[in-house]
Amino acid sequence: MLLIPCPWCGPRGQDEFGYGGQAGVPYPARPSTLDDQRWAAYLFVRANPKGPLHERWYHAAGCRRWFTVVRDTATNAIRAPERPDPAGPAAAR
Amino acid sequence: MSRHPRLGTLVDRGTPVPFRFAGRAYTGFAGDTLASALLAAGVHEVARSVKLGRPRGLTSAGSEEPSGLVQVLAPWPEPNVPATTLDLVPGLCAEPGTGQGVLAPGGGGPADARWAHVDTLVVGAGPAGLAAALRATRAGERVLVADERPGPGGALLDRPVGAGERAGLRAALAELAAAPEVRLLSRTTVVGHYDGNLALAVQRFPYGGPDGIRERLWRVRAGRVVLATGAHERGLAFAGNDTPGVMLAGAARAYLHRYGVRAGRRAVLLTAHDSGYAAAADLAAAGVAVVSIVDTRTGAARPHWYRGDFHPGHGVHGVRGTGRVTGVVVGPLAGEGPQWTVAADLLLVSGGWVPAVQLYSQAGGALRYDPGAGAYLPAGCPQPVEYTGTVPVAPGPVLVAPAGDPLAFVDLARDVSLADIARATGAGLRSGEHVKRYTSAGTGPDQAKTSAPLAAAALAAALGVDPGTLPPPSHRPPHLPVALATLAGRRRGALFDPVRTTALHAAHLRAGAPMELVGQWHRPRYFPAAGEDMAAAVRRECLAARTGLAAMDASTLGKIDVQGPDAGEFLDRLYTGLLSTLAVGRIRYVVMCGPDGMVRDDGTVARLAADRYLVTTTTGNAAAVLDTMREWSQTEWPHLRVWCTSVTEHWATVALVGPGSRAALAGLAPALAVSTVDFPVLAWRDAVVAGLAARVCRISFSGELAYEISVAGFDAAALWHAVLATGATPYGTQTMHVLRAEKGYPIVGQDTDGTVTPDDLGLGWTIAAGKADFVGLRSLSRVDTARADRRQFVALLPADPALLLPEGAALVAAPGPVVPPVPALGHVTSSYHSATLARTFALGLLAAGRARIGTLVYAPLLDGRVVPVRVAAPVLYDPAGARRDG
Repeated sequence: MLLIPCPWCGPRGQDEFGYGGQAGVPYPARPSTLDDQRWAAYLFVRANPKGPLHERWYHAAGCRRWFTVVRDTATNAIRAPERPDPAGPAAAR
Repeated sequence: MSRHPRLGTLVDRGTPVPFRFAGRAYTGFAGDTLASALLAAGVHEVARSVKLGRPRGLTSAGSEEPSGLVQVLAPWPEPNVPATTLDLVPGLCAEPGTGQGVLAPGGGGPADARWAHVDTLVVGAGPAGLAAALRATRAGERVLVADERPGPGGALLDRPVGAGERAGLRAALAELAAAPEVRLLSRTTVVGHYDGNLALAVQRFPYGGPDGIRERLWRVRAGRVVLATGAHERGLAFAGNDTPGVMLAGAARAYLHRYGVRAGRRAVLLTAHDSGYAAAADLAAAGVAVVSIVDTRTGAARPHWYRGDFHPGHGVHGVRGTGRVTGVVVGPLAGEGPQWTVAADLLLVSGGWVPAVQLYSQAGGALRYDPGAGAYLPAGCPQPVEYTGTVPVAPGPVLVAPAGDPLAFVDLARDVSLADIARATGAGLRSGEHVKRYTSAGTGPDQAKTSAPLAAAALAAALGVDPGTLPPPSHRPPHLPVALATLAGRRRGALFDPVRTTALHAAHLRAGAPMELVGQWHRPRYFPAAGEDMAAAVRRECLAARTGLAAMDASTLGKIDVQGPDAGEFLDRLYTGLLSTLAVGRIRYVVMCGPDGMVRDDGTVARLAADRYLVTTTTGNAAAVLDTMREWSQTEWPHLRVWCTSVTEHWATVALVGPGSRAALAGLAPALAVSTVDFPVLAWRDAVVAGLAARVCRISFSGELAYEISVAGFDAAALWHAVLATGATPYGTQTMHVLRAEKGYPIVGQDTDGTVTPDDLGLGWTIAAGKADFVGLRSLSRVDTARADRRQFVALLPADPALLLPEGAALVAAPGPVVPPVPALGHVTSSYHSATLARTFALGLLAAGRARIGTLVYAPLLDGRVVPVRVAAPVLYDPAGARRDG
């Protein structure tokens, strides 16, 4: 069971968290302008690296807040958690 | 057999313990295991092998036991228990194991669970483990030491110990006992190592633990793990090596020193390693006649203490006796030569020692074959896990029998012999993992602790390669079998899952309503009058709702209070409808989609104020909807000023339903203007109902004129009694289902399955025209979601009006014959008897369903019939909605 560093609560067991998949896949600003292929890429296509992956976690049984960590999918080592950008992912784009 | 007069540090000779095995009464001592007590009584044969039914004896003196597995009958029935770790508790009753067995009714007795958070977890309380624990303690660390034996000391208990060693052990234990942050757990086996340096350990309480528990599951999160797990002795592959009386030399030595038990009278030693000599020497000194020493190494030197037969470069080529060794056939290891038989009742074997690195491997640690050690050694771990212990010396030849010998076993627990290995390599298998799956070697309850090295040696020999060229094994948890009852702990029965009840639960129980589990909620299913079954009760309840007055406890609906200046904008983005323009005092039916356009939930939104909405969700999705709101507000739209709070438990809700509901409400709330002009459908009003502060919403989930009255949970019972006093018939979830299905109202999660769009459900009208976007909108115009032949929500009327279609039944185009593969056009999602329609009916998802309205489809049933079903529009009752809106 992973030990996940919640940026607000500190390290907690994985069973307190929900998984949110790859991070850095923001909701498109104007979905209606995307063709089917680009929309499907947003919906369905995610990276699946062997190695570091930015991914989202939700501290469901704790502070109920989302954050981002870098997890090595080969070793499960977890690096630096990040709180969401208060300006939203659009600002990071 | 018989006890040595002095040896045996673990047994208390002043406390005899009677026990039964295989129907006979015996007596051992407190501190014995079943194995040591049986050996003291001269019993070696304790089991039959799982596949071949061959007699099996005791191979080891610990948890690595591959053969001496027994069925415990009392005090707790349990199969496949190693006699070697089974404490001799008073009243113990056991039978020879057969590889199968029986469990205790209800499973295994009480167990509980604890967490430990430590700087250092030390696994093993032998000399290496205690030294590691002392170092950590002196550094000020919090330490947990877990050791699977009854007490600390490890291998020190298995051999003669000098006064200095004994004093050192005492001093170490005293220092650890005095340290404030050290916990030493005996009879505690670490069975698994997981990510985040989490170890799972099982502590046994054979004499009963706190609260009468039998076992305790420890979850240990450690900064660092030190594995001082010692080593397991390797066996040798020779014909008849499974005969009871063939025992690992180190085990015989351990029985002598721990329990004072001599495992035989006349012993032969077959060894490939010097450590066998130490065991033979101790047994000889204790009065066991060591009559012959056979060493597979040609250059082996006679030990100085030994005067008897000595045969370097020889092996054992057969064992006389069934059920017990009576003689040993000795001859040259290789090539032709004379063979002779030595009378003996004990054959000690030693193939050297293999470090117990299973937990290291579980932690992700790499293993590297070391030719000097003749074993896999730790070679680096990504987690802070280290192995400490003596590096062994490689043995001489351990494969004594010729390749393909069917009586030379490499895995006693699985009856796998050299013949099986040869068959596997003959079939072209080269990988150890493949051979394991093909032969099942290594899959026994012992997880091949003593036999895996032998199987690997046999594989390497069969392939004609050096063992070091084979890929190292990988080990998975659990290290030893764990009872499912122990993993469950106290989370059984009533404590298995949280139970949620409404504020009216006690009233429903008093009314005799059977409960239905809806998620974690207990909801009354129906309210039987005297002598009624469910069908009769539901029929009566339905007619009351359609023709008179009825009431339901609707408190379980999820309720979310959404507040903030941007609450309207936020809900516009999450739901298909337009909620920012909803007038205060009004309510709208809403549908939530995922980004993929599929329906995730439905419910209602009431606008309480300019910056405040009350969202209801389906009972089962309340938590998921709240989580969805949090996800979008935190990750995508943190700039929207909105706060979402669950208020499900704050409000108790009673639905007042039926043509008589307006008059009843007027009576309960005299100050409330209830005319349809003053209080139209999909509006809400604050009111005093039955003297209680209430919010009344004109919402109908039945298709009838209906009001949902919400009060503080504290007032629920008063409201319910007042409502029933108006003559309302209470109804449960079954009637609720029938009523809503007659109206074609889908239940998300029953009539949908995550592949259904709003349009598929006939809810395209909930999508507000002109909205630039909401979650899921773009997906509704994808090629796939815009297909004309998507499965659409329809009503289904069996041609036989008495036939109730099973929910889940498939729908096909033709009446038969049904010869697979038949393309399924859809399936039944809901099916009921309707008192109002005077027939059965169903709802379902059907390919191009709306285009098939009026046509027949067919439902194959499990009894072989294929029945015709007419497709209809989903709303079977009051399609115009006049009753609800009147």
